[in-house]
Amino acid sequence: MRDRTITLAHGAGGRAMRALIEELLLPAFGNTRADALEDQARMPIAELARAGDRLAFTTDSYVVDPLFFPGGDIGALAAAGTVNDLAVGGARPLFLSCGLVIEEGLPIATLQDVAASMRRMADRAGVRLVTGDTKVVERGAADRLFINTSGIGVIPAGIDLSASNAYPGDAVIVSGALGNHGVAILIARNQLALEADVASDCQPLDGLVSALLAACPTVHALRDATRGGVATVLNEFARASNVAIRIGESAVPVCEPVRGACEILGLDPLYLANEGVLVAVVPAADAARALDAMRAHPAGADAAIIGEVLRDPPGLVTMATHFGGERIVDVLTGEQLPRIC
Amino acid sequence: MKYVDEFRDPAQARALVQAIAALLPRIPASRRRPLQIMEVCGGHTHTIFRYGIADMLPDAIEFVHGPGCPVCVLPMGRVDDCVALAERPEVIFTTFGDAMHVPGSRKSLLQAKADGADVRMVYSPLDAMDLARRHPDREVVFFGLGFETTMPATAMALIEARRQGIGNFSLFCNHITIIATIKAILDSPDQRIDGFLGPGHVSMVIGTRPYGFIADRYRRPLVVCGFEPLDVLHATWMVLQQLADERCAIENQYARVVARDGNQRALAAIAEVFELREFFEWRGLGSIDQSGVRVRAGYAAFDAERKFGVPNVSIADPRSCQCGEVLKGAIKPHECKVFGTACTPETPLGALMVSSEGACAAYHSYGRRVHA
Repeated sequence: MRDRTITLAHGAGGRAMRALIEELLLPAFGNTRADALEDQARMPIAELARAGDRLAFTTDSYVVDPLFFPGGDIGALAAAGTVNDLAVGGARPLFLSCGLVIEEGLPIATLQDVAASMRRMADRAGVRLVTGDTKVVERGAADRLFINTSGIGVIPAGIDLSASNAYPGDAVIVSGALGNHGVAILIARNQLALEADVASDCQPLDGLVSALLAACPTVHALRDATRGGVATVLNEFARASNVAIRIGESAVPVCEPVRGACEILGLDPLYLANEGVLVAVVPAADAARALDAMRAHPAGADAAIIGEVLRDPPGLVTMATHFGGERIVDVLTGEQLPRIC
Repeated sequence: MKYVDEFRDPAQARALVQAIAALLPRIPASRRRPLQIMEVCGGHTHTIFRYGIADMLPDAIEFVHGPGCPVCVLPMGRVDDCVALAERPEVIFTTFGDAMHVPGSRKSLLQAKADGADVRMVYSPLDAMDLARRHPDREVVFFGLGFETTMPATAMALIEARRQGIGNFSLFCNHITIIATIKAILDSPDQRIDGFLGPGHVSMVIGTRPYGFIADRYRRPLVVCGFEPLDVLHATWMVLQQLADERCAIENQYARVVARDGNQRALAAIAEVFELREFFEWRGLGSIDQSGVRVRAGYAAFDAERKFGVPNVSIADPRSCQCGEVLKGAIKPHECKVFGTACTPETPLGALMVSSEGACAAYHSYGRRVHA
């Protein structure tokens, strides 16, 4: 492309917009010009039906600030985040859409980098970016770049994961160390004069979920711990299943730099956002097998059993502190950090 | 993690809890049970809840969560003044994040921001001064609040602003002092506090001498306390030891940070910029004599109250709100009429529900089970 920055013309439907789509986005996403002739992507039902008996459909918008951060960028997040929302339902992710809202003045090179990183993440997850939309707004009407992705996946027959499926006696497992994404974003914003070697955990979780379900088909509930962190997911499980959840602080994996940043800033890793960590609830008898399967997968190498599901008091999440006390792990009030994803 | 884990060691904690329990029988039975120990500082309240310390101690000991959360004791009228300042078109209003949610009579700063006021979160008064330098066409107002802990930094910002001639920077001063407030609580007829955990960071600035009257005149022990969970248990043990010995003194558990005479340079900066107000309004406690500071005449050009003619409105606390009784330990947070119903962290009615250091918010997030 000859242009160096995005102008309103790139969203106007004319020549500039066609150049943007045909010369930048289609090649980046691995589509041909023929793929873009129609207003919609078309996918054969037979192919979907072979993969399972239910469609999973989800959407998410990404407004992270800054656009690039250690361990990822808005493009990687937009692809992996929506893949993960499908994967934790037990679905095999297949197709993604990509809606771009661009503020005029964005360097074309930035868009190129973001699109390439979306593609890399999609390829890792084995999904295809099949349809999209581009809008350009005046300076100040958006902040550089917002992305919406929707995803379609297929849930194999026999898999039934639900937040309301946690039963007393179940074990609670997290797939990795908590809080890396939240702290990476905080530090990348550079407002705190704080340095730490922390990268976002941004990664697709579909492979990990497949490995887990293959080893342990009895998994009761899965959810990725994004905004609001693991504490929020546990509260969702406790409420939906009408059970109590009790975790042990000593068992919760948190890497040292994240712990350090939390100490200085007064944050709690249980509430920090993750972009590549899931919480699994599995029957106690299968917990060891589930843990082994997760640890054997690169996305779950630091997986750990952090607690158990109890009967009483229903709806409540508590934590035995390492210090020897016990406290409630409540849902978050207000925002801990705006524009984290 | 070095210098952190040592202060959170579970084995030490168990030993201290045992030592505390062993002291209880030695404390005269004439003292009403549970014994009430007030932690003055919101940071201690946070530690107590975060580590579940209250539950580790025998039932005969009760923490009363004192007035040491500056966001919590900010009266509604001052928030209205903030909003009025922030809504002036020429003003960039800068504030610490946790003050954004405090309800005013019309709206909070967060709502004012959503309605178009230029309200920005900063991490230090120097960030605000920097903003003033970068926006010479705007008036940057810094919302200064907090006890002696944050006063020196605000004072330094004003000293610097005057030195550098940054004329578009000013301070809306809501700094308050802890001593007058402890005295007001001790003078209140409905309190029965047995001893105090003294604030750690305030004491780092003012030292331990100013507390002398608490032991001499009011006959209560006070132990200046650090913020790690073992600090809180250790200082609690020290208070009980005094009760058991039937003596009262000002002691310093936090000697690794707090010196007896405080920090002279910080005190000098405070004295250079601030002077005592005759009185200051506190949410829940009402007006307390000499409990706040204002900007001295020498720095009048940097005083937002003088510069913008702040109306200084006074608005009564909501009648259903019992923050005052909670602050004095007369009732526990969950005994308030509106706790968890009309007043929640999402829709705080009383200020103790606003900040994570507020007793009610901490009770709501961490402690509901205690009385479930």
